[in-house]
Amino acid sequence: MTFPMPDLLPAAPEILVLVMACVVLMFEAYAVRGQADRSEIVARPRVAGYVLTLLTLLAAAGLTAFTANGVSATTFSGMFVDDAMADLLKLMTYLAGIAAAIYSRQYLADRALMRGEYFALLLFAVLGMMVMISASHLLTLYLGLELLSLALYAMVALRRDDAVAVEAAMKYFVLGALASGLLLYGMSMLYGLTGTLELNKMAATLAGGVDNPVVLAFGLVFVVAGLGFKLGTAPFHMWVPDIYHGAPTAVTLFIGSAPKLAAFAFVIRLLADGLQPAHADWQQMLAVMAVLSLAIGNLAAIMQTNIKRMLAYSTIAHMGFLLLGVMTGELNGYGAALYYVVTYVIMSLGAFGLILHLARAGFEADALDDYKGLNSRAPWLAALMAILMLSMAGLPPFVGFYAKLTVLQALVGAGWIWLAVVAVLFSLVGAYYYLRVVKLMYFDTPHSHEPVLATPGDARLLLSVNGLGVLLLGLLPQPLLALCLEAMRLTYG
Amino acid sequence: MDMKTLYLTVPLAPLAGAIIAGLFGRAIGRVGAHTVTIAGVAIAFLASILIFQDVLAGNTFNGPVYTWLTSGDLRLEIGFLIDPLTAVMMLVVTFVSLCVHVYTIGYMADDPGYQRFFSYIALFTFAMLMLVMSNNFLQLFFGWEAVGLVSYLLIGFWYTRESAIYANLKAFLVNRVGDLGFLLGIGLIWVHFGTLDYAEVFQKAPQLAERTISLIQGYPWALMTVICILLFIGAMGKSAQFPLHVWLPDSMEGPTPISALIHAATMVTAGIFMVARMSPLFELSDTALSFVLVIGAITALFMGFLGMVQNDIKRVVAYSTLSQLGYMTVALGVSAYSVAIFHLMTHAFFKALLFLAAGSVIIGMHHDQDIRNMGGLRKYMPITWITLLIGSLALIGTPGLSGFFSKDSIILATYASDLWGSGFAAFAVTAGVFVTAFYSFRMYFLVFHGPERFRHAHDTHDHEADKNGDAHGHHHGGHAAPHESPWVVTVPLILLAIPSIYAGWAYIEPMLFGDFFGSAIVVNHAAHPAMQSLAEQFHGAGAMVLHGLVSLPFWLAVAGVATAWYLYMVRRDLPEKIRRKAGILYTILERKYGFDDFNDWFFAGGARLVGGRLWRWGDVFAIDGVLVNGTARAVGRLAAVVRSLQTGYIYHYAFAMIIGVALLITWFVD
Repeated sequence: MTFPMPDLLPAAPEILVLVMACVVLMFEAYAVRGQADRSEIVARPRVAGYVLTLLTLLAAAGLTAFTANGVSATTFSGMFVDDAMADLLKLMTYLAGIAAAIYSRQYLADRALMRGEYFALLLFAVLGMMVMISASHLLTLYLGLELLSLALYAMVALRRDDAVAVEAAMKYFVLGALASGLLLYGMSMLYGLTGTLELNKMAATLAGGVDNPVVLAFGLVFVVAGLGFKLGTAPFHMWVPDIYHGAPTAVTLFIGSAPKLAAFAFVIRLLADGLQPAHADWQQMLAVMAVLSLAIGNLAAIMQTNIKRMLAYSTIAHMGFLLLGVMTGELNGYGAALYYVVTYVIMSLGAFGLILHLARAGFEADALDDYKGLNSRAPWLAALMAILMLSMAGLPPFVGFYAKLTVLQALVGAGWIWLAVVAVLFSLVGAYYYLRVVKLMYFDTPHSHEPVLATPGDARLLLSVNGLGVLLLGLLPQPLLALCLEAMRLTYG
Repeated sequence: MDMKTLYLTVPLAPLAGAIIAGLFGRAIGRVGAHTVTIAGVAIAFLASILIFQDVLAGNTFNGPVYTWLTSGDLRLEIGFLIDPLTAVMMLVVTFVSLCVHVYTIGYMADDPGYQRFFSYIALFTFAMLMLVMSNNFLQLFFGWEAVGLVSYLLIGFWYTRESAIYANLKAFLVNRVGDLGFLLGIGLIWVHFGTLDYAEVFQKAPQLAERTISLIQGYPWALMTVICILLFIGAMGKSAQFPLHVWLPDSMEGPTPISALIHAATMVTAGIFMVARMSPLFELSDTALSFVLVIGAITALFMGFLGMVQNDIKRVVAYSTLSQLGYMTVALGVSAYSVAIFHLMTHAFFKALLFLAAGSVIIGMHHDQDIRNMGGLRKYMPITWITLLIGSLALIGTPGLSGFFSKDSIILATYASDLWGSGFAAFAVTAGVFVTAFYSFRMYFLVFHGPERFRHAHDTHDHEADKNGDAHGHHHGGHAAPHESPWVVTVPLILLAIPSIYAGWAYIEPMLFGDFFGSAIVVNHAAHPAMQSLAEQFHGAGAMVLHGLVSLPFWLAVAGVATAWYLYMVRRDLPEKIRRKAGILYTILERKYGFDDFNDWFFAGGARLVGGRLWRWGDVFAIDGVLVNGTARAVGRLAAVVRSLQTGYIYHYAFAMIIGVALLITWFVD
């Protein structure tokens, strides 16, 4: 039996990240041996992992950007694909990883978490996402998903002595296992129905008609439920607020950003690629989930007093919006959803980055009341936060407005006017809690007059770039939008 | 210079002046402001003369100069239609505007808003020119609204005066009523003609003459009648025709140059011009013409009556303007469009003259406008006296002066018409001659002749004069003698007096009976013979004067002057007695037939009542209470419910997922 050597070039960034993740792990394990005082080891921040991670992600970004040519390249016997959408999403993933690392450094150092584990896990999570993004086979998809999930479970539990964090990790793990079970069950049915795990072939088989539509519907429901969990859409959203709230903010920042990109890729690969012939069926499921998510996310966010929880619910609503773009089943809709998720990740990074920025040792800055009168204490940070909140609320001229607009246009274009109306109405409700943050910062008197601690210059700079980027992308929405639509066109057009 | 550039110069030169004076008024100072605006208007005037001569030579123009936007079949363009009708209007507008600009230097000399005022009047000139030069309904409407806006700004120019604010609000609201009709008319034209271009509309009009539309089910209306009446409602607002006339007398709150420029000579004639321009449409509907005729007749006579009891010098002239606008409208109604335009032109000269002369009197009287406090001013203000006398003689139709030719032509045309309502109109315009002569000379005698009442009457008016202490801040107390106004005031008076005398004699033959207007004005001579019978009776201007001396209107005018002389010069006790005897009649006139009271009570009060109700029930209860706060409360309750689902128990979460899957399965697997 011959086993052909696969073409490794399309997977070069993955291989690089895999190797470097192992290096960071090994370095952490061996470099500190021989130092006597354990407490000192624990307390002292170690920057090697941090630096290695940044370098790895930058190198991977270079590699991906360098090899990106808009052509789909398949390798590993059709299990792995490198196409335009994958390149764009991977680049965004690296960016999110880099931003997460930079934003988190001071926070981690303050809490004695500045060690190799966080960065090794971060790299493994990135690797998992990359595999998901490039999967063209149900096995690869599941492999990447589990790699990501396991890394995230561990990251949530990074503070082993924090009961809340551990509880959150426990919930995440159990519910994640349940979701994986549902997903695998659904996949097994699809396999039974089509006799293949390869997405392209599955689509081809389904397009030829199926003997047993009930099995297909069954399989779809379970697969969609699994997807819903990963995206965090209602009614599979229950884990989101607890995990966002319970995890250390540095981890929340990460969970709230890059994995959304991977989840989006997951949805597109599975539904738009493998199950496109069953579009009429999953479209309705997505519509139901989207409306539920918009409703629950926006309504529940209003009642929150903790900004991390509030943003968790807001994520649910945003993911509902994302589903609206996907459910159209058209190229425009996919492109709009891609644009939406990319801009959402940028906004989400900024918002959590700001929370991290305001936190200090022994103070999490995660209560809404902590933001009262922020303008008088740190006007620049307040302005950045205001930009991010207004953008998330979908106000022009910020990028969030165009993201929503594009999705709504795709929806209306596909004839789903009532869904567009529902989406707009719930966005209106959502504007309330975003604007409340702005109101707290600008019109309320602060609890404390402590100046905001001076944080590292690089994080501060990146935060400014992030916030102003949201404004700039809103003023000049066309390039990024065109890029997203083009990537989708090259991949599925 | 190419003609198209010249056409563009006419509106753009005043616009440039307006922009410079408006935006950089502080930087360029008072002299700078009046220099640029006067230069702009003077250029426009000279260009208008050139264009007029070009048009006389037979060159007309109709075409777009700039396309604003295209939406489907709807093309929105800036375009000019230059024909004799436009050329006459351009000349009148720029000439009167130029005189008013110069006059303003003297009248507003001490006003702090000097630059602003020049900017406004130059802007007005621009808007008015855009209106008259337009070749499509959109631009017409733009000019229409723009002149309305500037008029609004200028009536309220002294915005600290409550009465001025009331007056400009009133003018604005009343004009909205007219503009709504106008806009509906334009909308109907767009729907049925599919174009807004004059030429195309006029071309298609005969084909649509028989079309009917059903406003109320089962009662078809002729399309042309509806369109024309709607357009005329717009004209009623702008040209202050009964019952939308109520804003014009109050507009006298604005500075006097404005009363002359906007509220006598130009803007108020926009309605007349528009109807004349739309003559191809109006000719198709006798009903609409009768409507125009009756409205005009009512305005001509009944507004004249009101002029007889006014004591404010500007209000007398204002009611006279209303009455004369009624005359023009009557002329339109009997299809004598060229006569209407002719009267519009002569009226613009002598009415602007009357207003500016009245303004000169007001300056001389240190801003006291009550004619009961004047008298014997003749020897103090000789130039003002003689020019005002010329204006008044022209107004009442003294044979030989400009007003005679235009007004007599209107009267004759009315007699020649056999339209429904023409009998009433003929009576109204004839009786109006007596009324006009009476109120004009009542004012004249009270102001310039008789005892000098200003020496002792002033005390009672001091506070009023202070309140009105406007442009001419130098209030010397009541006892200084009136003085003649400076040359910047008197020169425009003289300039305007010249055409007031000769314009009628010189232009009646070409404008009314020659082929001057060409195709600009369309008359269906078979159905509306007024113009033809007028032409048959006309044997030259000299013969008309001779005939005028033995006709009824002349003797009515003489009787009016004589009555005024008898009542206000010989038996000065009589007016008081008549007033007491006439009781109710006098009160009716005093209260202007109760229109203002009715409007205040019904429209203003009603609107406030409805508004109050809507506010209480609609806004406070329904919108704020149920919709806004109700929604907020509902959202809050829902949010609480949603939050309570988040129990924190992992088995609840898992259960929710299972239920979700179960529901999806029941939903989609059948």
